[in-house]
Amino acid sequence: MTVAFADLEPPVVAESYLSDGTSLRSWLLTHDHKRIAILYMISITVFFFVGGAAAAMIRLHLMTPAGALLDPETYNRVFTLHGVVMVWLFLVPSIPTTFGNFLLPLMLGARDLAFPRLNLLSWYLFVASGAIVLGGLISGSVDTGWTFYEPLSSGYASGALVVVLFGIFVNGFSSILTGLNFVVTIHRLRAPGLTWYRMPVFCWSTYATSLILMLATPVLAITLLLVIAERLWGVGVFDPAHGGDPILFQHMFWFYSHPAVYIMILPGMGVISEIIPAFARKNLFGYKFVVWSSIAIAAVGFIVWGHHMFIAGESVYAALVFSFLSFVVAVPSAIKVFNWTATLHKGTISFDSPMLYALGFVLLFTIGGLTGLFVATLAFDVHVTATYFVVAHFHYIMVGGMVSAYFAALHYWWPKITGRLYAEAWARFAAILIFFGFNLTFFPQFILGYLGMPRRYHAYAPEFQVWNVLSSAGSSILAVAYLLPAFYLGWSLLRGARAPANPWQATGLEWQTVSPPPTRNFARTPVVTQPPYQYPRTGS
Amino acid sequence: MSAGPLQMQYADLAQQRDTAELGIWAFLATEVLFLGGLFAAYSFYRYLHPYGVAEAARHTYIAIGATNSVILLASSFVMSWAALAVQGGAMRLGGRLMMLVAGLGVLFVVLKGVEYAGELSEHLWPGPSFAIATDEPRVGEVFYAMYWLLTGVHALHLMIGVIAVVVIGRRVLRGAFSRDYHVPVRVVSLYWHFVDVVWIFLFVIIYLPGRHL
Repeated sequence: MTVAFADLEPPVVAESYLSDGTSLRSWLLTHDHKRIAILYMISITVFFFVGGAAAAMIRLHLMTPAGALLDPETYNRVFTLHGVVMVWLFLVPSIPTTFGNFLLPLMLGARDLAFPRLNLLSWYLFVASGAIVLGGLISGSVDTGWTFYEPLSSGYASGALVVVLFGIFVNGFSSILTGLNFVVTIHRLRAPGLTWYRMPVFCWSTYATSLILMLATPVLAITLLLVIAERLWGVGVFDPAHGGDPILFQHMFWFYSHPAVYIMILPGMGVISEIIPAFARKNLFGYKFVVWSSIAIAAVGFIVWGHHMFIAGESVYAALVFSFLSFVVAVPSAIKVFNWTATLHKGTISFDSPMLYALGFVLLFTIGGLTGLFVATLAFDVHVTATYFVVAHFHYIMVGGMVSAYFAALHYWWPKITGRLYAEAWARFAAILIFFGFNLTFFPQFILGYLGMPRRYHAYAPEFQVWNVLSSAGSSILAVAYLLPAFYLGWSLLRGARAPANPWQATGLEWQTVSPPPTRNFARTPVVTQPPYQYPRTGS
Repeated sequence: MSAGPLQMQYADLAQQRDTAELGIWAFLATEVLFLGGLFAAYSFYRYLHPYGVAEAARHTYIAIGATNSVILLASSFVMSWAALAVQGGAMRLGGRLMMLVAGLGVLFVVLKGVEYAGELSEHLWPGPSFAIATDEPRVGEVFYAMYWLLTGVHALHLMIGVIAVVVIGRRVLRGAFSRDYHVPVRVVSLYWHFVDVVWIFLFVIIYLPGRHL
């Protein structure tokens, strides 16, 4: 991207944001979006390994039909912890709070987000919510699953549930304020010349995600508040014992939690849309279709929640409408997959580690998306509801998709963030290992679900054992593969070679400044004169 | 966010002002969804049990509710007056009017407290000793559950509003703002009007069902 500079004052030789103050205080009270991104990165990594440890326990337990490791009550608590931690403490914040925070101002040519202090407050709310949620989950016997369905939650679950719900309520405010900050930043802080259609797709997908964070999370907050009120003060609206209707809870819960599924995939789509053009050395195919499909997913995603309730007492008419809308929301996702593929077509492709993760994303997301159409089909959904088919489907999106995208982003922007290079051979090895480990873990679960193995149980019929053993074996490979980056990226931090400003010869404003960037991002405010992804044609 | 000099992430004061204004509108959008969840739950039960809700709603204290509506509408008028005064440079007038706004807010909360106390003594808190037996069982309790939650969440918003108006009003009186830069006054006034508008809807759905004039 060619860039001119707005003002002609001499550039100040600024220190990198990493060396601008080294005390703990300079980190914990920072207003710098880049440092806050690092704080988030450290916190969500901790939560990722907590949730991952729970997943490992679940898979170990399910090696044998009777259950190998945990007693039934503990099993219920462990899968509840896995779900709650992975959804609210890892997946929802994952890419937006780390790469979104770090990159959005850089990509917009801004010095910071619109509200830097609010950004720091969001992180404190997030960490507090993590402590409250984990405290409640570990000390109390919360075994409701991450959906907290009524009347289980009001009438029967452990009292510590209130603590967990309050933690998620606090977590919601962190999400809302982060989304608000990003939306306002994108509207108001774009560099001169950076029109909407000159923004990188990552900014667009962050924008779409932020709209959902802002507009769906409040509904979750009020829903959880209603459950808390019912538990604590007997002011009930969901529990039949108080005259309430438990189906209303499901409607309100999924009004948030289905859009939240798109919070957990849209940022990944943004990352992939940056990486594929950079490693295919081509302009992104159909830029406007890609950006508008993000907005379409965010919008249509608000009106498909009923497909979680096909067997929960919804009318056939409502179920038909929700089924149809669920097919509609698949169209923009398909557009993205076609556009990424078309971008690869006749490109000069190199298989560096970010690209390997990105290609893994496209494959796994496609499988997850297509099986989404299976479960959007009423007749088929009735057959596989609450089986491992659904578990496999959403793990292909959440883990195969979003976690792959997170690792893709981590490897792509690592030199920019840390100013260091990592061992590429190890990174490629980890990417391939994650892909194989993931498929071995979750593909058997499609088969198990199709054969009728129900989810959430601590034991199963003996004929399912073969597929469960395969799945558990895959999960141990996956565990090793997820630990690998901790070693080679840790080594990179200590001993890695210095990274140049633009190691991938990529376009985008974030590559125009030094690695790692100075506290104020740019020596001079950049002026943008071109659309993104202007890769020189190499005549293939 | 603060009045002080230009913050480093902005190019100029106009950009800082526009950003703050978009920020409060975006925040109010999140509030609409937050309270929208409550309104949706209320509407769901009213649609299911129109007669039970009407029967229970006749027990609300309409005199206090109506008085409070007048108080809040008046406070919004004064708030607008204050914002115009600050915009025109009349800082002393603007600051004093904001204190009046806060006073009206406190009056609202006090009256609401009187109402709550009366309702508690009449056993209108849902539970085993709940006072109203509606024809459809437990509908009265669900209505009052929604009543306590809706008005409670609203009162909490109002109290936050009172604190915000006092804090910003004091800064107006200390001369922290100018004709060119008074965006916090605009932000706090938008929030105040929002809380007022929410009450207008609450008044209609809580006090008026079952009361045909």
